[in-house]
Amino acid sequence: MAIIQTTNLQYTFSKGPQLIFPSFQAEENSELLILGSSGTGKTTLLHLLAGLRKPTVGEVKVNGLLLSSLSGAALDCFRGKNIGVVFQTSHFVQSLSVIDNILLAPYFSNNKVSKSDAEKMLDRLNILSKKNKKTSTLSVGEQQRVAIARALLNNPSLILADEPTSALDDENAKDVLNLLREQTHALNAALLIVTHDNRLKDEVKQRIELTALKS
Amino acid sequence: MKIIFIAWKNCWQKAGATTLTLLLLSFGVGIISMMLLLENQLSDKFNKNIKDIDFVLGAKGSPLQLILANVYHIDAPTGNIKVSEAQKIIKNPTVKEAIPLAYGDNYEGWRIVGTTPRYAEFYEVKLKEGKVFETPFEVTVGSYAAKELGLKLGQTFKSNHGLDKEGEEEEGHDQLFTVVGIYEASGTVIDRLILTPVESIWEVHDHGDHEESAHAGIVSAEDHDAEDHDAKEHADEDGHDHAEEEHAHEAGHDDHEEEREVTAYLLIKRLPIAPMILPQLVKNTNMQLALPAIEINRLNENFGIGMSVVKAVAILIMIISFLSVFISLFNALRERQYELAILRTLGGRRIQLFVLILLEGLFMVALGLIIGLVLSRVGITLLSDMAKDSFHDEFNAMIFLPQEYYLVGVTLGLGVVASLLPALRAFFMDISKTLSND
Repeated sequence: MAIIQTTNLQYTFSKGPQLIFPSFQAEENSELLILGSSGTGKTTLLHLLAGLRKPTVGEVKVNGLLLSSLSGAALDCFRGKNIGVVFQTSHFVQSLSVIDNILLAPYFSNNKVSKSDAEKMLDRLNILSKKNKKTSTLSVGEQQRVAIARALLNNPSLILADEPTSALDDENAKDVLNLLREQTHALNAALLIVTHDNRLKDEVKQRIELTALKS
Repeated sequence: MKIIFIAWKNCWQKAGATTLTLLLLSFGVGIISMMLLLENQLSDKFNKNIKDIDFVLGAKGSPLQLILANVYHIDAPTGNIKVSEAQKIIKNPTVKEAIPLAYGDNYEGWRIVGTTPRYAEFYEVKLKEGKVFETPFEVTVGSYAAKELGLKLGQTFKSNHGLDKEGEEEEGHDQLFTVVGIYEASGTVIDRLILTPVESIWEVHDHGDHEESAHAGIVSAEDHDAEDHDAKEHADEDGHDHAEEEHAHEAGHDDHEEEREVTAYLLIKRLPIAPMILPQLVKNTNMQLALPAIEINRLNENFGIGMSVVKAVAILIMIISFLSVFISLFNALRERQYELAILRTLGGRRIQLFVLILLEGLFMVALGLIIGLVLSRVGITLLSDMAKDSFHDEFNAMIFLPQEYYLVGVTLGLGVVASLLPALRAFFMDISKTLSND
């Protein structure tokens, strides 16, 4: 069974362009790169896939479940448990430490994850030594690792990454991509990277190109 | 980890703004709570001490001063009145009872009041140990005065002239007062007085007080109205000695000593028409009749204006502090909108964000409230120390008034109101839009 499957997705902004997305699906243990220059609706697509926004037309199925059939708290909970999202620039709860920030993921999705599991995750991403630091004291590369740790801590079956590397230099970008891939394999999940970063082009075989669509 | 923990941490993320809000709120709450405590205890003291005293008969002067001096024992007396002159009023059939009060001496700054045993009985003050004074120079001490002065049964002391401890050494009298009893604590003015028969005061001043009889002192001399025979004998003897001395030094004082004087009489009426009859009798004398209830009302009114101003300022401070809560939450919301959107993508529900923001506001308000209530107690304690020094009276800082429950309720309620709009904004936030605005 495909972890994520989209059919005939369209989104129309109330005062803006209509976006039509190609249908696709991703299996367990697979990687999919969604490429597009700015204005092609990359972020909108990612939000549709994560259930943060409802499509105007078409549907998204995650683990066989139609996202549009869920709403409110049930959708928030489903997303928290099944989908890990890594954003372009990492946002954290400024007042909390690194470890408390990644523990927010299991807390808000009602998952049982122990503190030692969280520490193991930080260890895997090589940032265990920073666990009691405030996130604002970390470098951009380190912050991105924390964001990945947070996205993965719930063992999601779908990992969505929105421009995870575009803010990073070559070395860090490579690191982050490798980490995402390793962890995806470790979790048997599907990894979807939405980006305009051409450095990733040659790294991932399966890819979809979005083209600017005008209505 | 709990939402409550995140809210608490968030409060201190902007420590500066939070501290300012706390300062404002705690001052507002503190001032209001202090006013409530003060008002409550002052009116309690006033009412308890007025009890059923209908009039105070004393020397002409400020009627309020007369009341403060003779009912509350916190101001200087207005002067003395002649016992003989007072008779036509206190013997009037509309008067049920008249309790004499005679001032003139103190011990270590605590007032010695010449009176009758009826004074303490009137306030329903019971004896803790010993007996009630009977003969001159026996004293029965109020509980608070006994405690502060460390007076024990059988102990003797010399009095000082006047009402202040600062009286010069030479003004001290030679007679020894003996403690024969100690009253139980009653919360009335008796607690901080040293009571003795009126005759003690008269006798003391026969010996020591030559010229300064106007000094609120009591001058005694031959008085045929004296009820106590013993005292009369003493007084006669002493008066005689004194008169001799007096003549040796200075002439022309005799007219002062022809009659015994007291500072005031506390009157309790028998008939409701007393307020119409008694003032007529006082006309054309050197005496005045003051009504405690009216004077205290007047005092409360004047006090009340001051208190109202202070309260208004406190309420203003509180309003500003609620605005501060509102503004700091709103600012935080703008700065932290991504944070909140991320919490939603992690599975956080709308209601959890709503609660988070509400809790942040409530934490600030609750903390401000607690600090404010503590501050007011500290303030009352300081005031109490001052009152102790100047009036030998104290305020209880460790009580919680019913009105303060309202204060807590209203403050928390307004805290919710101030946090509601920011919390609702968090509730209705469009996460996708927020995250797209990167």
